Formats: sequence, C-alpha cells, structure tokens
Amino acid sequence: MAIGVKKVARPGKMSFPEYVYLVEIVKGLWLTLGHMVRNFIHQERILTIEYPEVRREMPPRFRGRHRLMKRENGTPRCVACFCCPTACPAKCITIVAGESPDPKVEKYPVRFDIDMLRCVFCGLCVEACPVDAIRMDTGWYTPPDGTREKLIFTIENLLEK
Amino acid sequence: MIEAFYGTVTGPLFDLLIVLIRIGVVFSFCMGLVVVFTWVERKGAAYIQDRRGPNRAAILGWRAWGMFHPLADAIKFLFKEDFVPDNAHRLFYQIAPMFVLAPVILSVAVIPFGPDVSIFGRRVMLQIADLNMGILYIFAVSGMTVYGVVLGGWASGSKYPLLGGLRSAAQMLSYEVSMGLSLVGIFMVFESVRLSHIVMEQGGLLFGVLPKWGVFVQPVGFILFLTAQFAEANRTPFDLPEGESELVGGYHTEYGSFKFSMFMMGEYLHMVVGSVIVSTLFFGGWQFPYLADTGFVLPWGWTLELPEILVLLMRTGSIFLKSLFFTWLYVWVRWTIPRFRYDQVMRLGWKVMLPLSIANILVTGLVLLLLDR
Repeated sequence: MAIGVKKVARPGKMSFPEYVYLVEIVKGLWLTLGHMVRNFIHQERILTIEYPEVRREMPPRFRGRHRLMKRENGTPRCVACFCCPTACPAKCITIVAGESPDPKVEKYPVRFDIDMLRCVFCGLCVEACPVDAIRMDTGWYTPPDGTREKLIFTIENLLEK
Repeated sequence: MIEAFYGTVTGPLFDLLIVLIRIGVVFSFCMGLVVVFTWVERKGAAYIQDRRGPNRAAILGWRAWGMFHPLADAIKFLFKEDFVPDNAHRLFYQIAPMFVLAPVILSVAVIPFGPDVSIFGRRVMLQIADLNMGILYIFAVSGMTVYGVVLGGWASGSKYPLLGGLRSAAQMLSYEVSMGLSLVGIFMVFESVRLSHIVMEQGGLLFGVLPKWGVFVQPVGFILFLTAQFAEANRTPFDLPEGESELVGGYHTEYGSFKFSMFMMGEYLHMVVGSVIVSTLFFGGWQFPYLADTGFVLPWGWTLELPEILVLLMRTGSIFLKSLFFTWLYVWVRWTIPRFRYDQVMRLGWKVMLPLSIANILVTGLVLLLLDR
C-alpha cells in the first residue's frame, strides 16, 4: 500500500461578513468585553495565583526544595558519607566532613551546601542517601532571592524545615 | 484701586496668563491621560485575558489596584543608564525620540475643548490656537512622527531597528494618504477645515432627530479614518513595525532608559491625540447631544433649563468621555485582533482604503450636489 493520503479539510470560502472583517471585529470585541466584565464581577474566578502570598498546593510526591533531617537529639542525621555529591549530576552539593563528638557516629557534616542555582531537582541525592538524611518533600521550589550567594543554601537553611 | 486691578486683569498680561494656563491644562491633560492609559492598558489586557494584571507597586502599603505601576516605571526609566550603542549615529540617535514625542504634543494645540467662555468680561476660547487650517495643521505636524521612527531605526546602526523603521515608514505613508482623503468628506459637509467651526456645525440636528455628528453624516469616512488612525499610531492590528516575533522590538530595539520611555510616551500620546481628534471630528467634539447654550432641547419640544456653568462642564466633560472611550477602544482592539501580515497591511492600505476613501468623496459630493438642488 502506498503512503496513505489524508484529506485535510481546508477552510471554506469566507462569507461576505467574514470577508469584510468589520463584523468579525465587532464580534471579537464583544467576546473580549464579555471576558473582561465577567472577570470584574467574579474576581475570585481569575485563575492567577498571587505567588508569594498564596502558594500552589503541590502534589505529595513533588520534588522541591531540599531539607536535612535531624536525629531525635537534634543533631543532623547526615553522616557525611559523600554519597549524594557523588550521585549529583549537577555537582551542586559541597560537604566538608568532621569527626562527630558522638561515639556511635563516625562523621558529621561541618559544611553542607547546596547551590540551588545549579540543582536540577532530579532527586538522585535522596535516592543515594543511606540514612534518609536528605529529603525533597518541602513542597516548594527555590524561593527567589536577590543575590547568587543567598541561593547557596547552607546547613542552617537546610536543617530549618 | 479696583479699576487698576481690573486693568491689570484684563490687560495683555492677562492674555499671556490665559494662554499659559490653557497650554498647561491641555498638556497636563494629555500627559495625565497617557499615564492613566498605560495603567488601563496593562490592567485591561489582564482582565480581558483572565489575568489579574499588575498589582504589586505600593505606596505605604496601599496598592491602588496597580495604579502606582506607571509611576514605578517612570522612576525606573529615569534611573537607568543612558547609553548610546557603538554603531549608532550619535546626534540622530539622540534626536529621534524627540521627533516622535514633540509633533504629537504639538498636534493637540488646535483641538477645541469647549465653547468660548467669558472670564472678567473677556471672551476666552478653550483651545490653544484656533487656526483656520486646523485639521491640515494636525496632518502636517503628526506626519512628522514618521521621521522620528525612521531616524530611530536608521541611527541605531542595527538591522532590526532599520527593518522596523522601514516598515513603519511604508505603513505610515500608505495610511496617511487614505487618512487625509477620508476626511475630505467631512470638510465638504461642514464646509471648513477649522476645527472650532466643524464642532459648532455638529451641534445641529440631522433630519430634526439625530445630532449632526460626523459619524452620522460620514459613516464610511469614520471607519476609514479610525482604521487609518490605528495604522498611524502603529497600533494592533497594524503594529508590525515593532513585531516582537521577527524584529525583536522594532525601531526602538536599541533604545534604553528615558529615550525608550519617550518612544513609548510618543506612542501612547499618539493614541490619546488620535482619540481626541476622532471625537472632535466624528463625535461632535464638546457638543453634548441635544444640549443647547441654555440647556437641553429635545427634538420633540421638551426643554430643560440648566445653569451656564453646568452646560459648560457637561460640554468639556463630554469631549473628555468621548476621548476616554476611544483610548479604551485602542486597548480593547489591541487585545482582540491579531496582528496583520505585512502584505495584508499594504493590500488593505492601497487596494481597499484608498479606493474606498476616494469613492466616499465622490458619493459625498454627489449627495451634496443633489441636496443643493
């Protein structure tokens, strides 16, 4: 069988009012006026989400901003094993390890920085973590900020939530 | 003492003062309308497109439905770096925005905003200059804006502005022809090009019922003139000189800071002046329907006496409202109709508008001749 030929319906010949176009303009104006009046009357029906004040409800599995989990005694769960920076395709995680004062724990992160401008929100760090120390379940994307430095989140920002 | 005061009040100083006040009032009216208009455009666009529009700029926590955004824009434009691109022709690059802005401001000088009033026993006309060539002056002056656009396009030393400038020049020249010709019918009916005279004539009644407005005696002329005005103001559906999709920003691509804002102001002012002109020529200017000097006089003999000051206020208010409606029409049309293609614009200009406007002149002449018999 030869390549199928599909007949596409072409727009037919324009009727006279369409051809003159003025009538169509008036129709269009009527439509847009209707939209405007309706939006004025029912302000609450406008779909705009006024972002900083109102936030969209994200689905539960949405991968958003990271957070670091804490142990029951308040110290970070992270054991500075370097699994997440290794898994990270964007190379946005910087960890500096230190010896933990807790005898049961070997290491803890002295520094744990995530460059949110480089992060691609792939979630591989969460997958890689052996102790469930990093999660991306804050339900919010990176909040906007003024400088690049402020968007490199340190351990203090990440432990907050 | 009182006589001396009266002498100074009615002397040449008084005339000068009146002239300055008139210029100040008209100028600030137009500029104020431009500021409000930018707000109306953004907000109107938003509501037409089911959005909320700008509402963030606030003074002391009061947002005023985004009405402070034009102010914020102005401050931003003022404080931006005023740069000149390397390839630009320095002088012409600087002059171009002025060429866009100045002629438009000038052209509002002949618009009558009300009938003559008497202050301290002297007749004062509510019009900056009552030129006997009225509308021709507007054509002559507002035709000059095309220089600013072309100059801006060429002097930027960049290819997109040049293309935008050329498009704009071709478009404005094409539509200038039919704009001029579409008004000839008005001149023939009202037998004058003096704007105050045209407005006075429109106070009469047609067939004893309809106000003798330009739109009723020249409906075709009105549609042609309005379309040409849209094209002249580089406004959607004729805004291809600044077609973002193919020309970046058109003739003002290379402009920044306050020079860009002068282009914008020129464009908006063009629309404001255009709508004032349309309402003056086709919608009776300051004439309020059925409102005579003494009050309402309806065609079936019902009259209502009104104080002189109220009549005056209603008349100036009527031209104000008419102009507001037409500025709104610019916004409304912009967010309704998509942009034409370039060849469509040219075809409409030369093959439709021009023959129609010439036919309109012929028919008007014929009708006037037959009515004269």
